[in-house]
Order: sequence, then structure tokens, then C-alpha cells
Amino acid sequence: MTTIRDRWNNLSRPAQWAVLVPLVVLIFFLPDLNPPIIATTGTDFPTAMFDVARYALVAIGLNVVVGQAGLLDLGYVGFFAVGAYVAALFTSPDSTLHKIPYLWTLPIAMAITMVFGIILGTPTLRLRGDYLAIVTLGFGEIIRLLADNVDPLRGQIGFQAVGTVGGKPLFADATTWYRVVVLIIVGVLLLVGNLERSRVGRAWVAVREDEDVAEIMGVPTYKFKIWAFVIGAAIGGLSGALYAGKLGFVNNQSFDVVTSMLFLAAVVLGGAGNKVGVLLGAVVVAYLPLRFVQIAEYNYLIFGIALIILMIFRPQGLLGARQRLLARGRQAYHRLIGRGEQVSGESALSGDHGRVG
Amino acid sequence: MTNPNEPAAPVEGGIVAEVAAMTAEQRAEHEAEVAEVVAPDREIGVEIGETLLELRDVTLKFGGLTALDTVSFGIRRGEILGLIGPNGAGKTTCFNAMTGVYRPTSGQVLLEDKPLGKASRHRITQRGIARTFQNIRLFGEMTALENVVVGADARHKTSVLGALLRLPRHHAEERQAVERAMALLEFVGIADRAADKAKNLPYGYQRRLEIARALATEPKLLCLDEPAAGFNPAEKEQLMGLIRKIRSDGYTVLLIEHDMRLVMGVTDRIVVLEFGKKIAEGLPSAIRENPAVIAAYLGVPDDDVA
Repeated sequence: MTTIRDRWNNLSRPAQWAVLVPLVVLIFFLPDLNPPIIATTGTDFPTAMFDVARYALVAIGLNVVVGQAGLLDLGYVGFFAVGAYVAALFTSPDSTLHKIPYLWTLPIAMAITMVFGIILGTPTLRLRGDYLAIVTLGFGEIIRLLADNVDPLRGQIGFQAVGTVGGKPLFADATTWYRVVVLIIVGVLLLVGNLERSRVGRAWVAVREDEDVAEIMGVPTYKFKIWAFVIGAAIGGLSGALYAGKLGFVNNQSFDVVTSMLFLAAVVLGGAGNKVGVLLGAVVVAYLPLRFVQIAEYNYLIFGIALIILMIFRPQGLLGARQRLLARGRQAYHRLIGRGEQVSGESALSGDHGRVG
Repeated sequence: MTNPNEPAAPVEGGIVAEVAAMTAEQRAEHEAEVAEVVAPDREIGVEIGETLLELRDVTLKFGGLTALDTVSFGIRRGEILGLIGPNGAGKTTCFNAMTGVYRPTSGQVLLEDKPLGKASRHRITQRGIARTFQNIRLFGEMTALENVVVGADARHKTSVLGALLRLPRHHAEERQAVERAMALLEFVGIADRAADKAKNLPYGYQRRLEIARALATEPKLLCLDEPAAGFNPAEKEQLMGLIRKIRSDGYTVLLIEHDMRLVMGVTDRIVVLEFGKKIAEGLPSAIRENPAVIAAYLGVPDDDVA
């Protein structure tokens, strides 16, 4: 694993792009290729791929919070739900609100979930570790119970025809939806990468490693923790709105704690703090049950056992945490010592990370 | 614990290799350039000047325990002040009171005549106090260079929007931070391991990386908490050289240290604490002769110490 990674890191930027671009193109056209072994049998393949892509987007967002900033968020599905309901309220004929074109609801969903991120973050981010996890768990439940009990949100009846234009869905086929999400993922990855290689990303990792020391080294930790929450919330809201638009139907049934756990499982399984890792984790969590329908019944049992085994033998996840935190790191290391940096690492979630010596 | 003197992984290129191949003259020139980046305002008085930081009747109580009892002393700009005392005398508590980790129960800490008051810890760092830790606390998963850049970030303003859109200020600050961090690693002498994760560095390198990270915040006052703990005599000698170099670059240093030879050899003045009270303050030679200090702390004639 490490050798492949080191080899990859020693490639020049153009060489890395030469590998990445065809890979993205391949992923982009995957539903068209309908490859024999990979294609799902029980479910429509493009629809399955959309689900995988949706999980991937969620995992990227949750990774900002859990992987990079090290804030354990067990209620992430709450943001996802808010995004879905925003899309439903602004587009479904069942809603009494003024209707707007579906695509407009994406930025609006992000903006509103960001506000929810601030609302949740401001009081709770003074807490740490387990306490924060409990409060976020509560937040996820509050959102779900609001959907159950607030009349305008229509409980189990829900909203029909979400994201439709004149009675027709925005994109007719799942393949187009999938491609839209893939493009959004690429965009989000680039933007999150920009954050990672900046003062913001370094502040997050510093908080994750040792919050007190980060503060004493001049990092405004509280501010950057809220930012992590807000950015994670925005990405969660975006994927919620996309989910609602694709499905065309939103009710209170798909935002339970178990979904939150699956999101978190994708991040932890793949490797918290590693963007490629969490994508891989999302693929595992979303794709395998769809591909192997026979075992779908034992889904949680299998994931549970897999997670336990993974935590024993590879606590850092399939791919361990890995980050480049300097916009000019590559040049700097080469100028100083003539080679790249050591990036392979261990879990972002391990118990006493950051304590050395 | 790894031997800090062990040769690092061979460095094949870059500045480190170039410096190794330099003649003495070139090396001096290079060091001057490095020092320039490390301390941009180094001309600001190497002379010992007015009071930079003052503790005024600082008392700190934890429940019934009085950790600091009306402690008052000042640190003058440009000096190296030693803070000594037996174990549990309140030295580190004193540090914590200065850096905002604890707030004094009564009394004040003043930096450049302005009280720190209720300023948050990162604000105090930005106002010019930086510290290292007795038990090394680096960001283990970051490389040495990244650790130092976090320190340099204390002076920067780029936030989410600037980083997201890669605005010009982000680029300017990144460049400045990396330059300065590289210079600092050279300055403390660990540039050859710049790309290694902090947790994988040898012990001596970790200690010096802490100093580099603290210096990166461009402090007016650098507080070193037992920087020589676990060092052998040769390394202590090196460290004394480094501390003097830091001072001559225009920084003011507050040093907590147990090693008497190091304290006597490098400090300009010494403050002695015992049971949370200041029992003496003065020149090293005077402290060495002070009967209260000898009774409280040294216990034996000074030529047997160290």
C-alpha cells in the first residue's frame, strides 16, 4: 500500500493528471459501459451508480468534519434531511411555498444547511469528543422528529413530484443524474482540496491533533471548527437536495440514525482524513448491498463485522489519513531536501493522536 | 527514544545538500540570509531594554491550593530570563498564567504595559507570546515543515473564502509562511528532516521543532519549558548556542530549566520560585550565592551541582 502511494506521490503533477483525467472520464461513462461483472443485477445500474455517487458526496462532506477537523458528528443525516426538505418545499406541488426552478434549490439548500451548521455548531463546538458526538446525535434525531411532527413537513405522506419542471422530472434518466453528481463531486473535491492546502486545512488538522496546542499556537480553533461544521453541512445539504430531486419524493422515512451511521461507516471504513479513502468507503457501503442483493438482508451484520475486523487490523481505515497541507509543499520539500514529504499515516480517529515523544 | 545525533536519511538534493557542500564562507553568508528570514526585525535592540512582560502580584489558586502566591517580576526586552525552582514550585503554572491557559485568581500579567486580561489563548499568541511544552506536544501527523507553518499562520488572515477561491492574499501568505518555515528549520538545524512526520522524528529533533514552531509565530517573548530535558551534555551545549542565537536575533527568552549549568551559562537574570512564591531574583552569580536559594533548591555547594 505504502509503496504504491509513495510511487504516486513521486509522480509529477502532469503525470498524476494523466492518470486521473482518464479515470474520471471512465467513471463518468460507467453507466453506459454497463460492465458485465460490476453491473448490478437486482437494481437498475445507473440508479445504483447514482446512489453510490450520492454516498460519495456525503462522505466527502462528512470527511471534512470527522476526518479533517476530527469532530465526531453522529447526526450528519440531519443536514442531508434539511437539504432534501428544502428542495421539496421549493419545488413540490404539495408544498404551499412559492415554487422556484429545481436547480436554484441546490444553492439555497446549501445556504440553509450552512445556517443549520452554525446553529448546531455555535453552542456545541465548545464541547469535545464524546460530548460533541452525543449532541450531534441528538441534532439528527431532532431534525427527524421535526419531519415527523411538524404539519407543513407532511410526515410520512411526504412530498410528491419534487424537482419537476412542468410535471416532468428535470432529467429523464438516472444516467444524467449520475453524471451531474459526478461533476459536482469533482468540483467539490477541487474546492475541498484548496481548503486542505491552506491555513484552514492546517487549522483543522491541528485541532484534530491537539486542540489546546493549536489554540496556543495562534489557531482560532472555535472559529475554524464552526467553519468545518458549516462546510460539511453545505455538502450534506447539497447531496440531500440532489437525492430529493432524483427520487422525486421526500418523506420522513430516509433520515434515521442508521443512515447517519452508514455515512459515518463510509468515512471510517475508507479512511477518515483521506479523500480517496472516503470515496472508496462510500463505494463499499453503497455499492455492495446493491450488487449482491442476496446478502442485502444481512447488510448491517456484514458491515458491523467488517468494521470490527477493520478496527482490529487496520484502525486507520482502508486508506489511512493522508493530507498535504501546503499549497507550495512540493516545491518547498524539493528545494530543501530534494524529495517529497512523508504522507503515509495512521488514523485520524485514533485515541491519542498527536502525542509524540 | 531515538538518538538525536543519529544521521538522518541521506539527503540527495536541495538546500540541505548544498549547505553541506559549502565552504565556510558561503555557509556564513547562507546563515545570514536564513537569519534575515527568521527574524525580519532583528535590528530592534539586542540591547536589554524596557520591561516587555510584567507579572504584577499574580496569584493562582486551584481550590484550596495556592499554586502561585503574589508573584511579581518583569522580563526586559532582549534578555534571557531564567525561571527556576524545585519541582512543584509553580514554574509551569507561571507559564500557563502568562499564555492564557490559566487566568490568575488575582493580579495581572501585562505585555508591553497592557494587561492580557481575558484575551483568548490564540489572541495572546498573536500579541506576541509563544511557548514550547515540557512534554513535547507537536502535531504528530503533520510533517516538520507543516508544523512550523501552523505557527506562521498565527500572523495570517486567509480564511475559508480566500482559500476556497485561492485569492492573491492566500498565495502571498502561503509563500511567506513556507519561506519562513524553511528558514526556521534551517535555523534550528533540522531542515534535513523537513518532510518527515513530526511523530517519526528523533527526540532531539522534536524538541528543536517545538522551538521552530514557537518562533514561527513571530513572538516578542519566547517561553521555553525545560527545552533540555532528556538531552546529553553535548546536546545541551548545542541548545545553549541555539538559545543565544535566538536572543541575538532580537527575541526575548524566558527559560524554565532544571539543569543548573545550562541556566547559569545562558541566562542574564534568574527568578527563583519555591512553593509558588518568589524567593529570589538577580544575576546568576548572585543567585548562586543566595543562601535562600541554596537552602531551598540547590541544597549543596554549587560546585557539586550540575
